[in-house]
Amino acid sequence: MSTARRVLVALSGGVDSSIAAALLLEEGHDVVGVTMKLWGGESDSGCCSVSDVDDARRVAQQLGIDHHVFNFGDDFTRHVVDPYVAAHAAGCTPNPCIECNRHLKFDRLLRRAEALGFDAVATGHHARVVTRCDGTRRVARGADVRKDQSYVLHMLGQDQLARTLLPVGALDKQEVRARAEELGLRTAAKPDSQDVCFITRAGGGRDAFLGRRIPRRRGVLVDTGGVAVGEVSDVHLVTVGQRRGLGPGNGAPRYALAVDAEAGVVTVGGLAALLVEETVVGELVWAHEPASGRLLAQCSAHGTPLPCRVAAVRGPDGGGDGSVRVRWTEPQRRVAPGQSIVLYDGDEVVGGGVAR
Amino acid sequence: MRPEAVEAMLPFLRERFANPSGAHAWARDARRALDDARELLAELIGARPGEIVFTAGGTEADNLAVLGVHDARGGTVVCSAVEHHAVLEPVESRGGRVVPVDGRGVIDLDALAAALDESVALVSVMLVNNETGVVQPLEEVAAVVRRHAPGAVLHTDAVQGFQWLDVTRHTAVADLVSLAAHKFGGPKGVGLLVVRDGVELAPRLLGGGQERNRRSGTQNVAGIVAMAEAARCTAATRDEVVARTRVWRDRLLDGLAAALEGVHETGVAGPGGAGAPVDRSDKVAGIAHVCIDGIESEALLFLLEEVEVYASAASSCASGAMEPSHVLAAMGVERALAFGSLRLSLGFASTAADVDAALAAVPPAVERLRSFG
Repeated sequence: MSTARRVLVALSGGVDSSIAAALLLEEGHDVVGVTMKLWGGESDSGCCSVSDVDDARRVAQQLGIDHHVFNFGDDFTRHVVDPYVAAHAAGCTPNPCIECNRHLKFDRLLRRAEALGFDAVATGHHARVVTRCDGTRRVARGADVRKDQSYVLHMLGQDQLARTLLPVGALDKQEVRARAEELGLRTAAKPDSQDVCFITRAGGGRDAFLGRRIPRRRGVLVDTGGVAVGEVSDVHLVTVGQRRGLGPGNGAPRYALAVDAEAGVVTVGGLAALLVEETVVGELVWAHEPASGRLLAQCSAHGTPLPCRVAAVRGPDGGGDGSVRVRWTEPQRRVAPGQSIVLYDGDEVVGGGVAR
Repeated sequence: MRPEAVEAMLPFLRERFANPSGAHAWARDARRALDDARELLAELIGARPGEIVFTAGGTEADNLAVLGVHDARGGTVVCSAVEHHAVLEPVESRGGRVVPVDGRGVIDLDALAAALDESVALVSVMLVNNETGVVQPLEEVAAVVRRHAPGAVLHTDAVQGFQWLDVTRHTAVADLVSLAAHKFGGPKGVGLLVVRDGVELAPRLLGGGQERNRRSGTQNVAGIVAMAEAARCTAATRDEVVARTRVWRDRLLDGLAAALEGVHETGVAGPGGAGAPVDRSDKVAGIAHVCIDGIESEALLFLLEEVEVYASAASSCASGAMEPSHVLAAMGVERALAFGSLRLSLGFASTAADVDAALAAVPPAVERLRSFG
């Protein structure tokens, strides 16, 4: 980093963002910390709990930087929580972390930062921003492959990438913790955050959270021939590809192949029936311009990148709706509708969208 | 803090450190200071010394009033919708009734009358709202209470009032009065509740029986002495401070309205505007509160802080995040507009230069934020 910039670093109260702030300071930037208050208030776990804000503030104090709290609760509810519930109600698989990055960190916060005179926003994600020879930027995998978070940052376009810093992407997690230890930060040994931040175990977990928001819908399990073979207590809690809770499956295990939440029907079948040759991906966001050909596709936050061939979907009139067809080199398990699929060229994200 | 109050408390942190409940000469010295402070405060508030119960601040005083009366008498507790959380939360915790306010933030007396009946044990209506500076008509409230719930006691949270109003007059109708020292130049963590003779009140803190069994715990002598000294200074200079602050407050509000479109002053009748002078007679001098179209106070306060203008918006929660104000919501202010609230507070230490600085800082900051949408 050649010139000092004015950077707003998003401090979640975790160790990664703590070190992001520390690294930026070392590089000579003018750093201010901010914690986004997104949800809840007094919850004992998950993001935005008072104790996480306390940790973030204390880290900022130890590093000698200013710390602010921005209340983006209304935006979080509108862009993350409500769509999360709506997706489950429709039998789709939501991606709350991705929507939070898309709408909160790299939109709401980025715009706020710009209005306040900051040059860039930094986060503690394990990913890197790389610049290609042509001057365009891409999100690339973090140095610690096991902690890589490029998947949840796939929606960043050129405009956002130019104003985004991901300082910990060059370190592995052990180094991050070691740095925090050296600096005596209270977050050094704090466990990694897990799961969906606004759903807490104390609140009864995901099923209870959704149960309070969507009327329960009993569902019938049918085989691929349409014959009823069992029941589920709530069809909204079933995800395509799921095995758990779908009945006896004497001998061969039974997987959810399709969920029709409206009709209350879950189609089930064996592993062979779950495999598909291709997957159509819509709502694409490209890092720079649409990509095609041989790429890698990743279907979950820590999933394995799978080789595939990507081509634009053409309608009967030859035009496209912007979606792409991902042809798997080897047959793959069906991707749940709504799940994000991220396309990589090597270690670099070229775009991503959601499975249809 | 007022320098006089700082000086007054220092000896009690050093050589005069004794516990006033002790039996020796040092203790009697502390006791003497406590008695002096109690007598002085009683006089300045318009109460008898024995009616003063020292607490650890305004929140404790409010809790003691609401919960103490409810514990002693049962029945229903009632408050206005714009009370401080220190009153609202205790009232709601006892299943009490919350009375709406009008668009200026003044309690709706008809709704109050409708909320009252024989079961009501306590009515709590603040003297001055901490966000908007609006003064509540306590005498009219008292009259409504006497008529519709004659057995009820009237509590007023006067925490925001002492600095600006002669509370001996304004709170004379109240049976219970809360004050907090830090609102008039005293230290944080000390306050008091006036409990008029004859009011039934159960203690919240049990123990050594201090404060005539109404609030156990060794008294914060240094804090109480400083509170008394701050109150003395406040009362002695109040008329002059109020007069000059009112001029500055008007300059601030009129200046903001002239410099910017879409500045809505709270606590005034109607939409205002069109050159007519704004009637601010129902508001204390020290608070200039507006809601500004098209901006968010979080961002505005950030920009103001950069030019060393320190303002606030609504209230903050435990995390430090700004919460949409329940006071503005109760006044019917639309949520988006409430997110653009700005409170510029003036005090005994404010100067004309502070007002100029605020007037110079706010309009460009607002314009900048509006330009970023």
